[in-house]
Order: sequence, then structure tokens, then C-alpha cells
Amino acid sequence: MIKVLFFASLREQLDEASLEMEAEGLADLGAVLMRLRERGGIWADVFAADQTVMMALNQEMTGTDTPVQDGDEVAFFPPVTGG
Amino acid sequence: MNDEQLLRYSRQIMLPSIGIEGQQRLLDASVLLIGLGGLGAPVAMYLAAAGVGRLTLVDFDQVDLSNLQRQIIHTTDRIGTPKVESAKQALTALNPEIEIECIGHQLEGDELSAQIQRADLVVDACDNFATRFAINAACHENSTPLVSGAAIRMEGQVSVFPGKPGSPCYRCLYPENGQVEDTCTANGVLAPVVGIIGSIQATEAIKCLTGAGSTLEGQLLILDALHMQWRSLKLKADPHCPVCGTG
Repeated sequence: MIKVLFFASLREQLDEASLEMEAEGLADLGAVLMRLRERGGIWADVFAADQTVMMALNQEMTGTDTPVQDGDEVAFFPPVTGG
Repeated sequence: MNDEQLLRYSRQIMLPSIGIEGQQRLLDASVLLIGLGGLGAPVAMYLAAAGVGRLTLVDFDQVDLSNLQRQIIHTTDRIGTPKVESAKQALTALNPEIEIECIGHQLEGDELSAQIQRADLVVDACDNFATRFAINAACHENSTPLVSGAAIRMEGQVSVFPGKPGSPCYRCLYPENGQVEDTCTANGVLAPVVGIIGSIQATEAIKCLTGAGSTLEGQLLILDALHMQWRSLKLKADPHCPVCGTG
């Protein structure tokens, strides 16, 4: 299983702090994003292709082409630029 | 340091990691602070109070009524005043010993680079990607440490980019892809959230200038204030980064 965490306004929008996902068939973080998008509704909006989300794999910042495997922890959170 | 300075900064000097030497480094330091809004307000006040010798304040905006909910360096009777002038008044009242310079227009190109060259450290407290990318590129070019913070709604992010070879820069973290950015005007921001992030920026700036402890270099600290949860994420230099990349 892969543990997926949602942080800050993503958590608020999705009304979900975390979920678990079968690792089978998930090549990389992009595939994790795709599977979240396929849940439809607000998930499709939040993880739409034109939305920028930031991501970390096992507490390290990374991008969509990073491979994932069973036991990984993935975190998604929004970009912030305000001040 | 004279007796008055020793007394003014005594609570800091007594910290083993700061001491007289650290305090003298702060007094000798010059910081370029870009943005005198929600983040810049606490950064400016803490750096002035802590005795940073020269603060160069940059902001093209004027104080607006809607700023006062969180930009605590400004006051109701200074609505309409340039933010840099308003901030200078507050900082001079707080610590008349330090030098404060005001730049009331947007810093760009050569002028940005020239100001960064005069500074020992830059604090990015602005509110948009375009300025953040420009500051980052100029800091990298001049090998000047950059303390970067951002906040909106009930969340924030902060990191330190030391400007050394092999360390990440802001552009390693954020792609320059013309993404739509959320503004506080459209999304709102809780007053103390900018204070939390700004206070961390001031702390990191003081540590960078004095050499105390270890900084947020190579880490992105993110805050979810709605649940008061923090996460510290490792951030590595991107070898393909168009600003600092090597290949």
C-alpha cells in the first residue's frame, strides 16, 4: 500500500487528510495523481491536469516522474506565493 | 558596542549561540527586505529590534485599509502613505540606532542586482511568482543567501537558499510555468499566519547572519495552521534547474 497525505488547503478542499492506495500498477507519482483524478468530483478538479500541486515522496520534494513503490508515503500540498 | 547597545541587546547577547560576536555581526549586517506586507511587517520589526545595522526596504505599494488586519507595522493614520515610509516610521521608533533605506518602486534588472550586491542577505516577503523568480535568479548570480517565505489562507511555506554551489534555489522548488497564483485578495489570509511565517524568516535571517545553529537550507518547512501541523520536507538541488543547475 501507498499512504497518500493531503496538506493545507488541499486537505480542506478534499475533506480528507489521508488515504491508502494499492501500489500495484502505479509506476510513478504521476500515476498516483491520475488515480486520484479518476475518483471524479472534487478530486478531478483538485488534481486536474492544469492545476499545480506540489508533492513529496517519503518527506522529500519531488516531481511526477519519480517512481513509487509499496510502503511509500506520498504527500500533496498546494503552491503558496502570497505574502 | 556602547553601554546602551549592550543593554538594548542584552537578552540576545546572553544567548550562547549569539553572544557579543553574533550581535556585532548583526550590527554590521545589511539586509535587503523585499515586500512590506504581511510577511515583511514582522520581518522588518524583528530584524530592526534585533539590531540588524542596515535594512533596505522595498515596496511600491501604499498602505490600504484592507492591509491593516495583518500588516502590523502599518497604522490607520498612515493609510495612503507609501509602505516603505510607513514602515520606516515604525522601525525608527522601535530602534533609532539602525540605518533604514527606502525604495518605493519595484526593483528590477540591474537595480535589483546592485541592491543585492550591497546586502549580506535578502529576505523575500513579496506576494507573486514573477518577483520571487527574479529575486532568486539575482541572489543566485551574486551568491547571496535568500530567506524565502510565503503565506495565504491558513497555510505557509518557508525555506533558506544559501546561494552556494550544490544547494537548491527557489527555482528548484517551483517551476516557472506561468501557473495561476492565488492571492490574499482573492483567497484571504488569517492575520497571525503571516506573522508565524514572517517570524520564522526573521529567525532564519538572524541565524544566517550570525552563523548560529543550522538553517532551513535544503528543507522546505510547510505549515497547515488550520490543524497546526508542520512538515519538513527535504529539498535537493535540481541538476536541470535553469537557474542553478549544472546539466
